Amino acid sequence: MSVVKHKVGFRDVVKSLVSGARLTLHHFLHADKRRKPVYISDESYFEQKEGLVTLTYPYEALPVPDKGRYRLHNEIDDCIVCDLCAKVCPVNCITIESVKATEDIGVTSDGTKKRLYAPTFDIDMAKCCYCGLCTTVCPTDCLTMTPVYDFPEVDIKNMVYHFTDLSPEQAQEKKQLLEKQQEEMAAAKAAALAARKQQG
Amino acid sequence: MALLAFVITISLMLVVVIVVVYAERKVAAFMQDRLGPTEAGPYGTLQPLLDVLKLLQKEDIIPAAADKKLFAVAPILIFAAVFAGFAVIPLSPTLVPAGVGIGVFYLLAIISLDVIGLLMAGWGSNNKYAMLGAMRSVAQIVSYEIPAGLALLSVVMICQSLDFQEISYQQGVLMNAFPGLEQEQNWLFGIRSLGFETTTVGGLTTWNIFRAPVLLVAFIVYFIASLAECNRAPFDIPEAESELVAGFHVEYSGFRFATFFLAEYAMMVLVCLVAVILFLGSWNTPLPNIGPIALANWTTGAPGGIASVVWGGFWLISKTLVLLFVQLWARWTYPRLRVDQLMHLCWKVLTPISIGLVLLAGLWRLLMI
Repeated sequence: MSVVKHKVGFRDVVKSLVSGARLTLHHFLHADKRRKPVYISDESYFEQKEGLVTLTYPYEALPVPDKGRYRLHNEIDDCIVCDLCAKVCPVNCITIESVKATEDIGVTSDGTKKRLYAPTFDIDMAKCCYCGLCTTVCPTDCLTMTPVYDFPEVDIKNMVYHFTDLSPEQAQEKKQLLEKQQEEMAAAKAAALAARKQQG
Repeated sequence: MALLAFVITISLMLVVVIVVVYAERKVAAFMQDRLGPTEAGPYGTLQPLLDVLKLLQKEDIIPAAADKKLFAVAPILIFAAVFAGFAVIPLSPTLVPAGVGIGVFYLLAIISLDVIGLLMAGWGSNNKYAMLGAMRSVAQIVSYEIPAGLALLSVVMICQSLDFQEISYQQGVLMNAFPGLEQEQNWLFGIRSLGFETTTVGGLTTWNIFRAPVLLVAFIVYFIASLAECNRAPFDIPEAESELVAGFHVEYSGFRFATFFLAEYAMMVLVCLVAVILFLGSWNTPLPNIGPIALANWTTGAPGGIASVVWGGFWLISKTLVLLFVQLWARWTYPRLRVDQLMHLCWKVLTPISIGLVLLAGLWRLLMI
């Protein structure tokens, strides 16, 4: 075991003072160099050993990984309102309300037939734990995570993101249409039943 | 004339202080691989001005249990003591606010008043951190005045004068233009028997640290002691942020705090100015006359002319800024000393060295005549 010798002589003191001063001067003289906001895969990422390390954040930022998990986005045109995401969500931050469509409302971009409207499709980003489970279960890949991670709000209510493409009036109309259709179907059923009874 | 000198001195002091405050933040940032202020103005240059504006808008709080009179007077007294020191600083061959014959003595005396202000602030605040800070500060400043004073004394012995302006003239090509010094001669390293006269060479060769190389050691002693006198790191125990919050001015806010802040930085500027005047050739150029290439004459100007005022001010200020940079450099490099280490350095290292220096300076003076 080697014993570290405590150095107290005048020579040693001056030596250590000079080496300290040289170190800070070295940093001061290399202040013209600056770290660049490049991704870790960039060749120069580990080469930037000298110069200032601060990035002036809102003006420049390190790129985020492609598969990073940040703010959710739902492309409502491709959503079939299957409710899988809301079911798998461990923190229940997704609220979905669905209304059956009365007519043909087209297909998603991957060809799945859409049968439901979503009068409510809310994600509470303040509750979200960014686990990404909802994006894995999504059958049409309409729910994705974007590279946006900086979205503070003054009012916490604004952290609830509304993805529905229906206005409240439109949603009401769709509901009424569905009720009407169901009433008609019920009436038709009742009529058919009555007719059968008369026959029998 | 007195009013003009007052205005020039205070505006010059404010400008230099603003520059130093900005430089402090930038130098600190660069040494720690940070950016420093970047938002306020181009490269953050408006930061110190905006800091002052912010301080002026703040509420002026006087603690209920404070000794209100002492609390109110302390910042004014400290600033007045430091600012009064600027009165005897020669800015160029002809420009000096107050050409006092005993300038060095006056400066040492008036700066000591600072200690009373510190104690008043610490005691008046009725706060234990402020009191501890003030006591440490006073102990430190009073102790370090001894090596600093002795180092200045060795300069006085070499120069045979207490007049800042006379000491300034002795360190350059204009020496014989000063009344009373017409027959004086400068010799290389101050040793007459070497037979190498530097009276007309000027530049670096006639600066006090070369005119009498013993003063180079005195300069280092004075510089270390002056760091302690203006409570700068590594001797910032009175203000030790990590243990005493802010030392004696912990209870101060707004304008009163701004006054302390200004006084502290003005003190830094003042001790550097004194170091430059007494050791590093004052307002004299560092460039010597080499044969037909009269660099010293070209960068000095004829005394009395505008050129000499501009050159004198330029050399004085730039040398001061270099020393101020060294102060900042030391602050952002060295850790704070313990109280016992501080006293050890003062009483067991610097004081014996400076007493030896006084003796050596006396002997060296014998070589010069």
